[in-house]
Amino acid sequence: MDLQTTIYLFVGASFALYIGIAIWARAGSTSEFYAAGGSVPPVMNGMATAADWMSAASFISMAGLISNMGYGGGLFLMGWTGGYVLLAMLLAPYLRKFGKFTVPQFIGDRFYSKSASTVAVLCLLTASLTYIIGQMTGVGVAFSRFLGVTSEMGIYIGMAIVFAYAVFGGMKGITYTQVAQYCVLIAAYIVPAIFISLQLTGNPIPQLGLGSTMSGTDVSLLAKLDQVVVDLGFGKYTTTTAGSTLNMFVYTMSLMIGTAGLPHVIMRFFTVPTVAAARSSAGWALVFIALLYTTAPAVAAMAKMNLIRTITPGVVMQNTDPYAADSQIKYDERPDWMKRWEKTGLLKFADKNGDGRIQYYNDKSKNDAFKAKADAAGWKGNELTVNADIIVLANPEIALLPNWVIALVAAGGLAAALSTAAGLLMAISSAVSHDLVKGIFNPNISEKNELLAGKVSMAVAIVVAGYLGLNPPGFAAGTVALAFGIAASSLFPAIMMGIFSKKMNKEGAMAGMLSGLFITLFYVFAHKGLFFIKGTDFVDMIGGPNSFFGITPEAFGAIGALVNFIVAFAVDKVTKEPPEHIQHMVEAVRIPRGSKAVDGAH
Amino acid sequence: MEDNSKGYWSATLGLLGKILAIWFLVSFGAGILFADALNGIKLGGYPLGFWFAHQGSMYIFIALIFYYAKAMGDIDRRFDVHED
Repeated sequence: MDLQTTIYLFVGASFALYIGIAIWARAGSTSEFYAAGGSVPPVMNGMATAADWMSAASFISMAGLISNMGYGGGLFLMGWTGGYVLLAMLLAPYLRKFGKFTVPQFIGDRFYSKSASTVAVLCLLTASLTYIIGQMTGVGVAFSRFLGVTSEMGIYIGMAIVFAYAVFGGMKGITYTQVAQYCVLIAAYIVPAIFISLQLTGNPIPQLGLGSTMSGTDVSLLAKLDQVVVDLGFGKYTTTTAGSTLNMFVYTMSLMIGTAGLPHVIMRFFTVPTVAAARSSAGWALVFIALLYTTAPAVAAMAKMNLIRTITPGVVMQNTDPYAADSQIKYDERPDWMKRWEKTGLLKFADKNGDGRIQYYNDKSKNDAFKAKADAAGWKGNELTVNADIIVLANPEIALLPNWVIALVAAGGLAAALSTAAGLLMAISSAVSHDLVKGIFNPNISEKNELLAGKVSMAVAIVVAGYLGLNPPGFAAGTVALAFGIAASSLFPAIMMGIFSKKMNKEGAMAGMLSGLFITLFYVFAHKGLFFIKGTDFVDMIGGPNSFFGITPEAFGAIGALVNFIVAFAVDKVTKEPPEHIQHMVEAVRIPRGSKAVDGAH
Repeated sequence: MEDNSKGYWSATLGLLGKILAIWFLVSFGAGILFADALNGIKLGGYPLGFWFAHQGSMYIFIALIFYYAKAMGDIDRRFDVHED
């Protein structure tokens, strides 16, 4: 069977599975629509959370990023997993005990203020909408690459599939499709990794393979990789940090806090039956996430090794001189997978010195000794441009794996993009139908009408997300960082103080949320332009790029959170304490006894 | 069986403090601040600091959450505030 047919078969089968689940898991009540009836077992919720969390970016791009960054890429690994420790201990069990459908509802009730819940709705909508743009474009890219349709067509198909299970099934439909999507995506990630680890190190477990010696040599894979990348003018793989150590520290912290504060992740914990289940479910979520996240660094390093071995075979396997004229392969003799990916534009070759061979190295190196060697070898600049996404997408082909593995990777990439998009749509539509329509405009809406409002806002959210995916605003690339910044600087501190500080009042919480949000947006916009509009950046006004202790705008969320906490406690000190019944409510939230199934009553 | 809400909350915070200290030490400590120093030690083919950043801290995070879930359940029963 040829490759394209196999891909259609795998992807078609996975879609049939999702639709089947959608028909089985229709939502008949608001409790099922918003919280899957509060009856999802903790292990299953862990799986759904993992699929919810791991987006097209985690699946397709993360290993490539790590591959390029080396050790510094660890900030994504630690940041995006460490947040679950915070979520498990500081937020999830208490929000589950509180027992309501949405995050803004907690903030509104705890801070006895509709304005507070409105601010929370705004933060949630901005964070989720910016996040979903990336997912929809990811859906389009994945479809067009794997199924040979246009990117627009891909987005329409993606919208139709999500529509089928999200509108009719709500949280219930989304939960059970996410469980299925998790199984597809994790198999698609791990199967090629096992093959590659086996080929390179003889060890079938990628996590151990990364720490093993290379087959046919007596040096460890990482030591070898360090040596060959340094020879090519790159930084040492195992020690190159992301900016300064301080920046890596703050960036990691921002990702952790942002992860814990993202509403589409938090609301998954409203679907489990008890407080104890919310605690263990976070652990299961992290188990399922870590399966992919501990494999990713192995994929990253091994794919880099494979790439360099393809271009300079002797250097990796026989320690030949990397600068010798015949070390690099001839362009005409390049392997087939390179030809295939050149067509997509993700791989580009330009013969700058006209010798017909491929020179792949870091031509921006600042190391004079290396530059002298490169010049002596007659290299005129890096000739091979490798898009980071190739690391995962072309991995099975680089390792010469059978067609069914490639088809599995296609189905996995689509599962990752669709599951995260659905989770975000759920967060958006529940904020609109529950917090805005029921909470603010029409508190007396009947259960039946609220369910209808939920389905309508889900449908509208899908159309809006599809529109944004088809016409991505110029700022699409920077938006995921913004979503984390907003979640870290506004939502996480507000929820945490609502639980851990009995005396925190509405004035403090609102001042904190607004100032954390403002300072983060200010720093991000200073670098990237007001609302990411080109030409409106004002980075010189704040003293040049990364002027705050060399911290990059992506890493700024933790600083925003710190400002949030400080302002909140300062304002709280000079305003009057919250009413008695609110303090009792906080005490009740802190203990598990008396937990009920989640409901929507205001 | 003890019965007071202050005691329950301080036991909870004590547990959180301990777990967060380990959480901080393995990721920000071993994975970032002391990574260079630890890289002198080898764990199989892994330099130790690199291992904490790319592997180890994630395994420890998982262990921390399950330990938390178990220890918290014990505290709940000790103060008789567990779910039925």
